Amino acid sequence: MTGKEYRTITDVKGPLVFLNKTEPVAFGEIVELRLTDGTLKNGQVLDTSDDQVIVQVFEGTASIDKQTGIKFLGDVFKLPVSTDMIGRILDGAGRPRDGGPAIVADEMADIIGAAINPYSRQSPSSFIQTGISAIDACTSLVRGQKLPIFSASGLPHNDIALQIARQAKLVGSDDDFVVVFCAMGITAEEYNFFVHDLERTGALENACLFVNLADDPAVERLITPRLALTAAEYLAFEHDYHVLVIYTDMTNYCESLRQIGAAREEVPGRRGYPGYMYTDLAMLYERAGLVKGKKGSITQFPILTMPGDDITHPIPDLSGYITEGQIVISRELHQKGIYPPINVLPSLSRLMNAGIGDGKTREDHKSVSDQLYAAYAQGRELRGLVAIVGEDALNERDLQLLKFADIFENQFLRQSRDEDRSISEGTLDYAWELLSNIDTKYLVRLDQKWIDKYHPTDKKE
Amino acid sequence: MSKENGVIYRISGPVVTAVGISPRMYEVVRVGNEGLMGEVIELHGDQSVIQVYEETSGVRPGEPVVRTGQTLSVQLGPGLLTKIYDGIQRPLPELEKTMGVFIKRGVDADGLDLEKIWSFNATAKAGDSVSSGDILGTVQETKTIEHKVMVPPGVSGKIKSIDSGEFNVTQTVCTLEEGAEIQMMQKWPVRTPRPFTKKHAPEVPLQTGQRILDFLFPLAKGGTAGIPGPFGSGKTVTQQQLAKWSDADIVVYIGCGERGNEMTEVLDEFPHLMDPKTGEALMNRTTMIANTSNMPVAAREASVYTGITIAEYFRDMGYDVALMADSTSRWAEAMREISSRLEEMPGEEGYPAYLSSRLAEFYERAGRVETLAGGDGSVSVIGAVSPPGGDISEPVSQGTLRIVKVFWGLDAGLARQRHFPAINWLNSYSLYPPSLDQWYRDNIKSDFPEIRTEISALLQVEAELQEIVQLVGSDALPVDQQLTLEVARMIREFFLQQNAFHDVDTYSDLKLQYNMAKAILSFQEESKKAIAGGAALEDVVNVPARTDLMRGRFESGYEDKIDEMLEAMNKQIAETMEAN
Repeated sequence: MTGKEYRTITDVKGPLVFLNKTEPVAFGEIVELRLTDGTLKNGQVLDTSDDQVIVQVFEGTASIDKQTGIKFLGDVFKLPVSTDMIGRILDGAGRPRDGGPAIVADEMADIIGAAINPYSRQSPSSFIQTGISAIDACTSLVRGQKLPIFSASGLPHNDIALQIARQAKLVGSDDDFVVVFCAMGITAEEYNFFVHDLERTGALENACLFVNLADDPAVERLITPRLALTAAEYLAFEHDYHVLVIYTDMTNYCESLRQIGAAREEVPGRRGYPGYMYTDLAMLYERAGLVKGKKGSITQFPILTMPGDDITHPIPDLSGYITEGQIVISRELHQKGIYPPINVLPSLSRLMNAGIGDGKTREDHKSVSDQLYAAYAQGRELRGLVAIVGEDALNERDLQLLKFADIFENQFLRQSRDEDRSISEGTLDYAWELLSNIDTKYLVRLDQKWIDKYHPTDKKE
Repeated sequence: MSKENGVIYRISGPVVTAVGISPRMYEVVRVGNEGLMGEVIELHGDQSVIQVYEETSGVRPGEPVVRTGQTLSVQLGPGLLTKIYDGIQRPLPELEKTMGVFIKRGVDADGLDLEKIWSFNATAKAGDSVSSGDILGTVQETKTIEHKVMVPPGVSGKIKSIDSGEFNVTQTVCTLEEGAEIQMMQKWPVRTPRPFTKKHAPEVPLQTGQRILDFLFPLAKGGTAGIPGPFGSGKTVTQQQLAKWSDADIVVYIGCGERGNEMTEVLDEFPHLMDPKTGEALMNRTTMIANTSNMPVAAREASVYTGITIAEYFRDMGYDVALMADSTSRWAEAMREISSRLEEMPGEEGYPAYLSSRLAEFYERAGRVETLAGGDGSVSVIGAVSPPGGDISEPVSQGTLRIVKVFWGLDAGLARQRHFPAINWLNSYSLYPPSLDQWYRDNIKSDFPEIRTEISALLQVEAELQEIVQLVGSDALPVDQQLTLEVARMIREFFLQQNAFHDVDTYSDLKLQYNMAKAILSFQEESKKAIAGGAALEDVVNVPARTDLMRGRFESGYEDKIDEMLEAMNKQIAETMEAN
């Protein structure tokens, strides 16, 4: 709109630039900054008034001086979207990173993303088979869900995410997933790991990557997931794709949010994170789902590392209030050498009941899942007791449960990184086999009719 | 000079500052070229600070701001029930029609269907003297609910003419001699409580069919309850159970800043749920407000007021209304976000200093009242609280606990053990029993309060014994204490645990709850006798009829069979004595 270039910077603070007296500038408008050496940077308006405008600079404010020219581009941030994005690697601001040509836009999409009318949503109920028994049996994922991985540094969350990306499929359907991968502040090493794995398995052709690495500007991280979700919405709701969005690492995103808040001298909430972090995270997570009348769907797999393994830290805590459950990775299991080290006890899928059962997975799924859960929980509790009183003090039932906890971890949880177990034979039948190590009379969560039908030794032919 | 139109001076997220107008506090204004809806929340010299209910990106300084002269109001009249609204009473299905599946901005929609024709049945007649709140006539709004058309607050006089017949909500159904014309629709500002004659003491329980709630920690009609709990502990399921089963006439359900998919589940499920009393769809008595976490925060802030105003309106007709707000923490966070944009001096954890007074004002709108028309009506408020990390020492939980009379404390540990509803019986409380006990004696059984006391005492004793068991194991306890542990386990597994997803177990009426509690105490008594007579504890505990009695609660017709089952159990327990 205005072609004018302003040189009215008054203050520069952290990632923010303050300038005076402009023509009316729109809230959220995109800004181009021309440094004295000719370098271009981009930014966005965070606050606007007749007297002062505050611009957040994506690439950081290094080398900006009061002579820097500022041009307002007259529009809010939009991403050129097209189906050509599939198979491409873009940077954290949506520009090609793979040396390929720029994306030819079918459409320019506003990256803020409007809220889906709750009335127009469709309840997610299609089971996604990940081939990982711990997830499929105990925290089943359904299409349109947002299910984060709560991990911590040094744990194999990336492997799990990749395995899910490779193996995820709908039972009894040929629909494939398109993966939208969004990296926020991860290291080049981690990034290479992802790209190599996606290349190796050919999944890259079916993926679109948005990459902001650890040495890329921190502020850019605030828009990277919005770009990824905008692309995902376009693919899902304009072109009927089923999209699996993986983002890593949400913790880095929240750190950036805190950085901006601090630079604006906002009143901080818990642990210095801004008070609006819940709303901000919700604006990302809530962009998952299915809508009436559209074939596509968006399923989200955010990965976050819990600082200090603390699940009550504001980042996992606020996420847990928005997402539909969580998959918790355990350091203890990892140190025992078990992959995937998923601790099913604090893990949860809120949409599980809608996605399992007769006609979706199998009629006995719920019972088996409850029984596994109960037996494993009791077995783990008994471990604590055995440490004090010794195994001799246990009765027959307790001994069996104690043994089952080990069997569960070593056989049911443990699988290799490319092992793809089918829900019926690979996971549920296997669960029955392992449960048969416990006397049937102790399996109180299993309905008799399922024992008659599925128990490997007690079933009635 | 005209003070009707001004211009935008500054935009910072949902907060817009305008100059050139002098509106009243809380007046609704239209902001920018798109006419976004906003509300004046601060006057500052010649600047007016406005919170905008819609996304503001792309709006520029210099765009117009127009006064409407009205404060944020809801439209009240026939057509509220079965509706689903956003936080500022825009019907979501209407929004879908005009703007598709994504909520865009600058769109207005009436809360009531202004065209729909209702059959108005006048109950007042010409010549009657009427005043505010008096009932003029009725409309059968849904199959089960009769809507009462009332004289709007502030209007009174002698009726000149009143007609039964077919009208829409904006047509005049009644004229007063002084010239006032009354329509079925009235408007009311959401931030102002609706008037009533006086508040009554809470004397009648709100029955919910949830055993732990009704029996141990009851809520009175017109009472207030808080449900704090960490994520995954079952807040939403509990709220939904209350919305489904509580014996209120009208239910207002506010989904405030929560998950979209969860709201969809409620929307999908409710129309198929049947009211156990009337056999009609529960939706017929329900109004829902859905402002999910990613919808604008200012509208989230307004949503609880919109909800409670609708609840008060039905109360004024003489109905018992239950309002669920899930979650009040998100509402408080909306206040915090707006407050920080206003650069107000914060109180604890960044929340505004007026947080607790706002919470108090909100809960204070609950109550059982004598309406202006002379009848009785009530609004019960049940607020979910989502404390960060499950730690209830934070400001929203504390501010809530200071006001509410019932505390249902959800416990992550219980949820992890799959004990549902995961309400901790040791730290939860209700302050209503003293005022409700007479009702229980008159309507259920004369010793109801005593039975309740015995049950909760047993749970307390168990907690103390468990501490010893942790150290020495249960075998080291004397046999009478071991029996106490068994009885307490029976209370927990048979009585407190209740499966919300089981067709039969999901609801138990008070009578049955009483009988189940009695059965547990009877087991204790008979077992004591048997053990004193030489029976082994293990034999007593394992009598098959006890398992039958406990399993029976999953079968329909349990209330008719329980006495028989109890007798069978007692008989078998007595037999264990003879066996020795």
